[in-house]
Amino acid sequence: MKRIYVNEEYCIACRLCEVHCLVQHSQSKKIIKAYKEEAPQLMPRLVFEEEGPLSFAMPCRHCADAPCLDACITGAMHRDEETEAVLCDEDRCVGCWMCVMACPFGAIQRNLKGTKAASKCDLCYGEEIPACVAHCPNEALVFEEREQ
Amino acid sequence: MSLSLLPPEFKIVRDDARCIACQVCVRQCANDVHAYDPEDDWVYSDYSRCVGCHRCVTLCPTNAITCVQNPLDFRANANWTHAMITGLHKQAETGGILLSGMGCDQPQRIYFDHLLLNASQVTNPSIDPLREPMELRTHIGRKPDRVEISCKDGKVKLDTKLAPQLELATPIMFSAMSYGSISYNACVSLARAAKQAGIVYNTGEGGLHPTLYEYGPWTIAQVASGRFGVHPEYLDVAAALEIKIGQGAKPGIGGHLPGEKVSADVSRTRMIPEGTDALSPAPHHDIYSIEDLRQLIYALKEATDYEKPVGVKVAAVHNIAPIASGIARAGADYIAIDGLRGGTGAAPTVIRNNVGIPIELAISAVDQRLRQEGIRNQVSLIAAGSIRNSGDVVKIIALGADAVYIGTGALVALGCHLCQKCYTGKCNWGIATQDPYLTKRLNPNIGSRRLANLVRAWSLEIKEMLGGMGVNAIESLRGNRDHLRGVGLNEVELRSLGIKAAGEA
Repeated sequence: MKRIYVNEEYCIACRLCEVHCLVQHSQSKKIIKAYKEEAPQLMPRLVFEEEGPLSFAMPCRHCADAPCLDACITGAMHRDEETEAVLCDEDRCVGCWMCVMACPFGAIQRNLKGTKAASKCDLCYGEEIPACVAHCPNEALVFEEREQ
Repeated sequence: MSLSLLPPEFKIVRDDARCIACQVCVRQCANDVHAYDPEDDWVYSDYSRCVGCHRCVTLCPTNAITCVQNPLDFRANANWTHAMITGLHKQAETGGILLSGMGCDQPQRIYFDHLLLNASQVTNPSIDPLREPMELRTHIGRKPDRVEISCKDGKVKLDTKLAPQLELATPIMFSAMSYGSISYNACVSLARAAKQAGIVYNTGEGGLHPTLYEYGPWTIAQVASGRFGVHPEYLDVAAALEIKIGQGAKPGIGGHLPGEKVSADVSRTRMIPEGTDALSPAPHHDIYSIEDLRQLIYALKEATDYEKPVGVKVAAVHNIAPIASGIARAGADYIAIDGLRGGTGAAPTVIRNNVGIPIELAISAVDQRLRQEGIRNQVSLIAAGSIRNSGDVVKIIALGADAVYIGTGALVALGCHLCQKCYTGKCNWGIATQDPYLTKRLNPNIGSRRLANLVRAWSLEIKEMLGGMGVNAIESLRGNRDHLRGVGLNEVELRSLGIKAAGEA
């Protein structure tokens, strides 16, 4: 399956990936409205790591053998049959955070502001290219098929 | 500390209705113009440090930022201009030489803008480059005085031994920009683009990073007065060698790469201690005459088995024609001439703006002089010094150049916004810097693609212009001044350029 990969040597730490992730997962999908009106309920669905000049975005790896799937007690975390992406059904998530504990990449976050559910990358479900990749100004994020 | 009298050069105008406080501008400005105040959840801009590079403007996801010239007006004075006054204030505060990056930005006459090209109408047919072949291939190097061939058993054989040539797919080359003055990623972008476009780039006097040896066939290795990074392998891997005598932005003075830019990698490549200033002397200390130059040319030819062209780069100065004649007679295979508006990473502003002559006049003078002396075939001429578009390329070739060097144009393609602050090492576009936070902003995959696109686009335009003139090879345009006419030029200028005025048949 196509996954998001990061070429960290070209990540410029602008964090536009976070900005556009948040907008993509807003109601309006309009950047100014999302930030000025919806933002208190929203958070970017990827984790951004930075130390010194090294930086990179860390969205969910959508592991073939995803520990979060086994850890989930309600079945909220599931694999989408069509895209093979690991998705979280926020209606079924009870916020036990076992997925957060189990994720080896630390790519799942708790959304305590809005849904109170696990917040993770859904590869911008329905979009051809995830928003973070489409808006990465330096092509540090790429969306491609690679041999595992 | 006394009060600085310098007003901010630029003003950041932030549209509060559009700013989402995402802080991209804060993270991207190496000059610390923008700052986020968590208490107010707001981004403020101290634009006194803004250099007008437009990094924040370009990356702002809501287009909330504009950068304008600070509208502060001094009392109108045609003599004591804004730039004069602030220059005096700066020198009064620092006691130092004013520095600038990039080429001359003063309104000296740009002759390109006073030249017009010809096209075919009725009496001679124009050529459609989309339907008919159009040759842009250019060979840089010494051409023989005559060619001898012999026929044996119906086969034609070339008896004359040809001098080594540098083959270019199109008459455009990337001019000398050293690793140190520009970032590794900028060098990689140039090298890859040169390979892709079938042209060459030039190492400047920064040596050649070992990872770039693979681009050797598309590399001109420069030997300059500091001799930085020159060793047998450096000479061997390159396609051609260039002795740098001078640079258009600063004729007559040397180079100075500040120690801060001499990182571990730059130090290894240049073969100098880390963190030390890399000083290129003004003259080569072994070249004080044409005879001395000849010795170095032949030393380099000898070192490389006479297998590659050896050129000489000089700045366009008043008596450039006899100088070029001397260089040709000293055995150079090509002469690169860098005009008044040629770029630089750092030069004293007063020198950049006042020393040298425009490339249009220099190339024309040299071409005419070499033709008069009957030695034009012995060298190729490369024109440098602000070739801004494909029209400039066509015009300068019609004035006698074989090919052009583009430096500033290439950097602009890489993202440079001509803020002229290369010498600070804080290039927000990741070009003229060695700061690891900044260099990664230039992704060579993007950079090489943009450069190759530029060369491709110009080549297409050159073909269109040639076709319009009814010429099907760039060779037929070289020195063909009949295709040029001048507008708004006086008789002396027209004579120097060797062209007629517009309207003259």
